[in-house]
Amino acid sequence: MSNWLEITSLDSIPVLGSRVVETDTVNVAIFRGKDDNVFAIKDECPHKQGPLSQGIMHGDSVTCPLHNWKISLTSGEALGADEGCTNIYDTKVEDGKVFLSLKK
Amino acid sequence: MYKYHSSYFFPLFWLRFYSLARYLLLHFQQHLNGVLLVSQSDKQNLILVGNGMAGMRTVEELLKLEPEKYNITVFGDEPYGNYNRIMLSPVLANEKTLEEVMLNDDNWYQENNIRFEKGKRVSEVDRVAKKVIAEDGTELPYDKLLIATGSTSFMLPLPGADKYGVVGFRDVKDVDTMVEAAEHYKKAVVIGGGLLGLEAANGLMKQGMDVTVVHIMDTLMERQLDEPAAKMLQASLEEKGMKFLMSHSTEEILGDERITGLKFKDGSEIEADLLVMAVGIKPNFVLAQAAGLHCERGIVVSDTMQTFDPNIYSVGECVQHRGGTYGLVAPLFEQAKVAANHLAELGYGRYEGTVTSTMLKVTGIDLFSAGDFHGDEDTDELLFHDVANGSYKKLVIRDNVIIGACLYGDTIDGTWYFQMMKDGTNISDFRNTILFGQAHLGDAGHGDETRVASMADNAEICGCNGICKGEIVSAITEKKLFTLDDVRSHTKASASCGSCTGLVESLLAHTLGGDYSEAPSKKPMCGCTELTHDEVRQAIRKHGLKNHEETRKTLAWKNDDGCAVCRQATNYYLLCEYPDYNDPESRFINERAHGNIQKDGSYSVVPRMFGGMCTPKDLRAIADVADKFNVPEMKVTGGQRIDMFGIQKEDLPSMWKDLSEAGFVSGHAYGKAMRTCKTCIGDSWCRMGTQDSTGLGVKLEELTWGSWMPHKYKLAVSGCPRNCAEATIKDFGVVCVDSGYELHVGGNGGIKVRVTDYLTKVETEEEVLEYAGAFAQFYREDAHYLERTAPWIERVGLDKIKQAILEDESNRKELHERFLISQKPAQIDPWKQHAEGVDEHQFKNIKIKVEA
Repeated sequence: MSNWLEITSLDSIPVLGSRVVETDTVNVAIFRGKDDNVFAIKDECPHKQGPLSQGIMHGDSVTCPLHNWKISLTSGEALGADEGCTNIYDTKVEDGKVFLSLKK
Repeated sequence: MYKYHSSYFFPLFWLRFYSLARYLLLHFQQHLNGVLLVSQSDKQNLILVGNGMAGMRTVEELLKLEPEKYNITVFGDEPYGNYNRIMLSPVLANEKTLEEVMLNDDNWYQENNIRFEKGKRVSEVDRVAKKVIAEDGTELPYDKLLIATGSTSFMLPLPGADKYGVVGFRDVKDVDTMVEAAEHYKKAVVIGGGLLGLEAANGLMKQGMDVTVVHIMDTLMERQLDEPAAKMLQASLEEKGMKFLMSHSTEEILGDERITGLKFKDGSEIEADLLVMAVGIKPNFVLAQAAGLHCERGIVVSDTMQTFDPNIYSVGECVQHRGGTYGLVAPLFEQAKVAANHLAELGYGRYEGTVTSTMLKVTGIDLFSAGDFHGDEDTDELLFHDVANGSYKKLVIRDNVIIGACLYGDTIDGTWYFQMMKDGTNISDFRNTILFGQAHLGDAGHGDETRVASMADNAEICGCNGICKGEIVSAITEKKLFTLDDVRSHTKASASCGSCTGLVESLLAHTLGGDYSEAPSKKPMCGCTELTHDEVRQAIRKHGLKNHEETRKTLAWKNDDGCAVCRQATNYYLLCEYPDYNDPESRFINERAHGNIQKDGSYSVVPRMFGGMCTPKDLRAIADVADKFNVPEMKVTGGQRIDMFGIQKEDLPSMWKDLSEAGFVSGHAYGKAMRTCKTCIGDSWCRMGTQDSTGLGVKLEELTWGSWMPHKYKLAVSGCPRNCAEATIKDFGVVCVDSGYELHVGGNGGIKVRVTDYLTKVETEEEVLEYAGAFAQFYREDAHYLERTAPWIERVGLDKIKQAILEDESNRKELHERFLISQKPAQIDPWKQHAEGVDEHQFKNIKIKVEA
């Protein structure tokens, strides 16, 4: 079961940009794609824990700002020849509001 | 109805029905993976005829671009997967096994859902019905057909050429024949003293045979080597035991069923149990010609690798492009890229021919040649000939540009010369040392260890990622990497600062052999486009492209959003064209957050201190800010200012607010931007000082601060030639002398120290400022993104800079004027703006409480 949490309005996330959601346990990076699709991923690169929220987003992936690993926002997996995986979370947008589910 | 019912009971019908059903079942099984399934999907059918390097490379490139577009079938008449034909010489020489040179094994075809018709020769292409027919009767329909039938050995039409023991040197079968002959026979003759012939002869010697090379000319490899180099080559091969019959023309092959010898035109004879004809290759276009495609010396293709039938493409040694045919691998790979681009229906790739170079794969012999190495009356020749050391280097130069090279013995700089030849680099600045090689050049891009071949396996190549030579070499051979990008993604070598790119490229060339000196003449900006930095920039100017989306759309980017590499570069080119332009989401985080991201995700803050000058009030303000925000660590930087570390992103705006109120602006220590202007104290205090270096430094920093640049950009002013401010390793350095100011450019204290080039001397501070602005603007408008002034100057040549800044006064003034215009928006302090709420969202995290 999803447990939807209202996070913010869609407008407060820049297109191809991100916001950071801080919870007690984990920081989650929320990205907004060009078609207003929203992704949520643990704000930690599987390589050296770089903050993915600070990377450059393109398509459905993000390039980590520390060492340029490319991470898929749909699977959490490192792309290309790199290997590693981080958590992703479900999101939905309703009436211009972004919801996040921290449960798998 | 009745009629049908009655026939059920008719025995003959049952018999017919049975055989029909059986036939259908068999037929169905035979085509289970093919026609029947193919016709069920919406995909188009692509058939490749010719399972060789060019065709398969096209398929691989296509899979990268459009993996789902086609059902792909590959026909190959050899009973193997795709192997590296170039490596047949090392296989023959027992240096490699067939498995080691296999590029795509059977599994690969399966994994990529490619139907592989192994060992099937296609006998006909029916262009009307759009199908191919193989010798065994297999018929398959195509929507697009790719013909890559390669070439065959050219066999001299000599009497007796059909005897046993006479072979070409083209495929695994030929190698097998030779290896088998070596087990039973002793004497081998190779006709042809070219690249292939010598490699065959070398291999046969390694197999234990007594080898004589028969060559019609009086020097070896006359198409690749001039006479001195050819003589040196012949001498070293003779030392290894190879025999030569130069200027010999064969008349007849002797023997009954099997060859026993050769008879020459001069009447002499030689014994032989094996004859390898290596006099050349000829494009194999029999299939294409029979299908009615236009062929001359090869299958005629356009710049898009299309034949005269728009549904049929062709690549490789079988094609004739702009009147020429190719027999080396680098051009084939470029063709493959273009063909794949059009098969993927991207529609913008163009093949415009390739300048090729040659290396010989004979262990212990190093030779390299490229271009026109003979020259004519209009060319100069640079020559280095050390007979005792067996080293020979010749460069042919026209108008200070390399047009040909021929190296023997010491070929380490072959790729470097070749690159300059392809780029048309003006070598006048280092013409007098060029023959000593890249290591002797004050190069900015690479380390001075360009001699990769002699480096130990544990020598570190990539200092950023700690990758050693051995790791790279084994990745290249084991993972079958061909390109710089391959090596970068698999090993990370040269993927960070890029300063070892040259080393990695040399390693690729040396590991793979000369055919792979594949450093493309044209380096695309990134994987999203085929266009170079210059081409993208020119397109932005020419078409007046106003933003990222327009640029990517107009220039047919492969990915809608681009990637982290091209977004940053394009952003710079756009803002250079339109000073007000900015897209924060296309900036690296440091420039977006106006601070340097540290490894723990915190940021550093460096306020600007003009010319390194400060007051007690300034220092107190910084101390107060540091106290207030509990800054864990502070440091005086090399650029004469103060760095505060460990700042959380959320605290940045309020910290900036305090600094801004105390009169500070951003130091841009985080950007591809003007950083600092370092000064020494100058004549206001120093007894050696000749001018007011601090005053001038402040003025220079006031002029240039905030400017976005292709890369970081540093200035310095030294008050006298003792140069305490180290002005001669800065991008723009001023050394004050009694009579005025010396201006120096293109220095670098970074990855590779480079001393500046002397630009000129001026008399007044006003002139210094004008030249400083003009030089900065020329660099901004001309250099590639992420290219510092040092490699930029080495690439374009100091002459070009002198022309733009010194010789053309009005151009200098215009450049300076454009710089001032660009500085208006650039000098609105980003810290003040952000402290006032610009882009607030990025500094504010969303905090939520999750109930357990």
